[in-house]
Amino acid sequence: MSEMPAIIDIDRVSVHFPLAGGGLFSGPAPVLRAVEQVSLAIRPGETLALVGESGSGKSTLGQVVAGLRQPTAGTLKFHGRPMGRAEWRQARKAIQIVFQDPFSALDPRMPVSDLITEPLKIQRIGSPADRRQRAAELVAQVGLPLDALNRYPHEFSGGQRQRIAIARALAPDPSLIVADEPLSALDVSIQSQILNLMKGIQEQRGLSYLFISHDLAVVNHLADRVAVLYLGRLVELAERADLFAKPSHPYTAALLDAVPRIGRGRRRRGRSLTGEMPSPLSPPPGCVFHTRCPKVQAICKTTPPVLEPAPGRPRHLAACHFKE
Amino acid sequence: MTALDATSPLVQQAQSVWKLRWKRFRGHRAGMISLGVLILLVLFTLTAGPLAAWFGIDPDATDLLSRYDPPSAGHWLGMDDAGRDELLRLMYGGQISLLVGLVSTLIGGVVGLGIGLCAGYFGGRLDALLMRFTDGMIALPLLPLLIVFGAVDLTKLGFSSEFAHSGAAGFWRVVVIIAVVDWTQMARLVRAATLSLKERDYVLAAKASGASPLYVVAAHILPNVATPIIVAGTLTVGRVILLESVLSFLGFGIVPPTPSWGNMLNNAQELVTTAPALAVYPGLLIFITVIAVNFIGDGLQHAFDPRSNR
Amino acid sequence: MLGFVLRRSLQALLVLWVMSFVIYGLIGLMPGDPLDVMIAANPGATPEVVAHLREIYGLDQPLPVRYWHWLMDALRGDFGFSRTHSEPVLTVLAPALLQTCKLMLISFALSVVLAFILGVVAARRPGGWVDGFVSLFAFAGISVPVFWLALILIIVFAVQLHWLPASGMGTVGDGGLFDQVRHLTLPVATLTLASTGQFTRYVRAAMIETMRMDFIRTARAKGLGEGRLVIRHALRNALIPVVTIMALSFGTLFSGALVTETMFAQWGMGKMIYDSILANDYNLALVGLLFATLVTLLSNLVADLAYGWLDPRISLK
Repeated sequence: MSEMPAIIDIDRVSVHFPLAGGGLFSGPAPVLRAVEQVSLAIRPGETLALVGESGSGKSTLGQVVAGLRQPTAGTLKFHGRPMGRAEWRQARKAIQIVFQDPFSALDPRMPVSDLITEPLKIQRIGSPADRRQRAAELVAQVGLPLDALNRYPHEFSGGQRQRIAIARALAPDPSLIVADEPLSALDVSIQSQILNLMKGIQEQRGLSYLFISHDLAVVNHLADRVAVLYLGRLVELAERADLFAKPSHPYTAALLDAVPRIGRGRRRRGRSLTGEMPSPLSPPPGCVFHTRCPKVQAICKTTPPVLEPAPGRPRHLAACHFKE
Repeated sequence: MTALDATSPLVQQAQSVWKLRWKRFRGHRAGMISLGVLILLVLFTLTAGPLAAWFGIDPDATDLLSRYDPPSAGHWLGMDDAGRDELLRLMYGGQISLLVGLVSTLIGGVVGLGIGLCAGYFGGRLDALLMRFTDGMIALPLLPLLIVFGAVDLTKLGFSSEFAHSGAAGFWRVVVIIAVVDWTQMARLVRAATLSLKERDYVLAAKASGASPLYVVAAHILPNVATPIIVAGTLTVGRVILLESVLSFLGFGIVPPTPSWGNMLNNAQELVTTAPALAVYPGLLIFITVIAVNFIGDGLQHAFDPRSNR
Repeated sequence: MLGFVLRRSLQALLVLWVMSFVIYGLIGLMPGDPLDVMIAANPGATPEVVAHLREIYGLDQPLPVRYWHWLMDALRGDFGFSRTHSEPVLTVLAPALLQTCKLMLISFALSVVLAFILGVVAARRPGGWVDGFVSLFAFAGISVPVFWLALILIIVFAVQLHWLPASGMGTVGDGGLFDQVRHLTLPVATLTLASTGQFTRYVRAAMIETMRMDFIRTARAKGLGEGRLVIRHALRNALIPVVTIMALSFGTLFSGALVTETMFAQWGMGKMIYDSILANDYNLALVGLLFATLVTLLSNLVADLAYGWLDPRISLK
């Protein structure tokens, strides 16, 4: 892992959504805390996986990184510099996004060649002739035939559309791609194809991924580092091998135990989680995980834990009073 | 490795979305027939000039001695209640009525489009304000309001008496007042479509690359709203033609001597007893035009979205 | 629910108020002057007398002031005097309103019933013969100019066949029920035919949509007879959007009534408004128009309430 400055550095970012309601008689309007005080850095060439269940805030965080959402609190830095106008202009080229649903990610009225060069058109890079040339290169890179350029999205399958979406993300030669559950909507057999495509592209171009997923098996295949989110809070951040071998936070441990294993020997009886994820509208006091934690003690209900290194593992961070 | 040439011939021609739609429209029998009927009607109205020249008739010349003359060789449909050639009046009247339909729809459509886009795209307070206004306008009774607008005396607004009574002023007055009351349907339609479109992932992707609101609207929202707009616009033309005809009939739309299918029935009560045929022709033409336009609208709807219940 | 009604009522009042100002201003822009007729009728009126009259009637004051006076009077229940009828405006409008209600409600009821029968029958076999005819009829209904339809009916039934009177509300010397009905027949027929087309389309579309749903298939598979199926299950569900659309079309119905009354010399609100605008009877025109607006606003409110009541999924907030 290079020690160059991070491409993007988010510092104590929170995203709160004020909801309708409240007033004179109902008290203050409810606030949905989608993301709460998350700090992360994404370095060149690495794949940082962002995992969590639905409602963990991972998509929202991905949108913040991609510049689609303004954080309610916290700062962002691009290549070490605070985000001013010049930085945003660079960031729009350097950070791209791939979405989960291939069927709504492409404008049905546009042919593929226009679709994949749209980022270039928006940022006024190159002439139309240059862009057509680039479209041809990109299409080949993602493994689609040249005649796809003049076709329309409805003529392609889900996996092929996702390739088109990836080609679009590659068009402005980005350094970071935010991939928001890019495989979740695809058939299992296609998933591995797209996964391998993404790996290959990363090796070729040395780009970074912020890979958002709820599927730990996929994460195991692709990630360099893993960040675990629970109810909008970062509960664990570590290198992949370390996290999968010995998770520090009880939530991560439970997630790993829940992954179905085929063909293994002894089934390890893990400690299963009780209850459901609380609503982001009213997070529990203290450690937000305490309502479902098998290790819960008195302190967990009152004092929120800080994200700090686990005992003996300086590069493995966890937010738990009883981390391992 | 040979360089990829983006201009090399493609293996297979793509089927453009519009070609697909035209094919589907062709399959809609009522729509195709109506399209033919409408084209014939337009041609019919346009033959007015050449026909008048050929027969040497002045379409506006009144001759009270020839009132209600039956059809003859020189006047195929006879004379109207002021001694003018009925056929020519029908043709010229058609030009006016169709033109009002078209122009008013365009103006009202643009207004509705603008309001709907702003309300839908920008949301928030602007949306609430615009929608309150739109709902207020929808709540008003259309015809009475049009009559009041139509009865306005232009000289009191500062226009010269000569201009106020000219044919052009009459035409534009009708066009403007109908557009002013009729934009609401388009606005609601466009707003609803914009609201759903602006959340699509491809819009978000464009924004991630730094697209401005103008770009998003022009490149993504408008093309995708085009289809419902076209259908709504077509149906609006029919509605406007009916509105103009009723207004002119009541005396508040196109005023004589300028002919319009509606005002040719001004003194209908009299026509009914003396020359019933004259009472039938103009209304029949309005009826045929509007029903044709409505069928075309239906065909377009079917062409754009074959899932609509048919 | 109460909050909803209150809010909507307030909105309606606001619209009504804005309308009153707009129309008051527009009426001022109409040809002629309230005094012109008086002057024409009195050749001895010198410019000084005219100026004096203008002052007495407050016609020399600016528009907002005059409007304010009118508003204050109106809120007290004094809607002014109708010049052409020589009676207070309300006295003139009340019976007219009644007449229009008669016409509109009878036509509305008839067209609703007709539309439901036609729509349901057409939806049984979409694309078939019956459906084709019904659809054609519906298209014709929404495409026909109401005044022309009235003309055709007059030509056929009054002039050619002499079955029914061409206009008027009753024959002189006879005011009996049968005579009234005879005079109402053509106007009601006109308005009904014009509205049925629109309603039929909605009913047909709603029924086709509903019949396609899974719960109908289930009921049929369970052995439910076609008749009961259509009426008890499909119709109820299709009813909801259709009823609200029908209620919302009251505005259009009123416009149609205006034309019909004018054609058939029925002394209803529509004809009142039309005549008063033609005759420069401003007080009557203004109040008549506001009445018309009120009717439309009320019907919209009722439609929304009905929708909320009929569809258990919607909660009115």
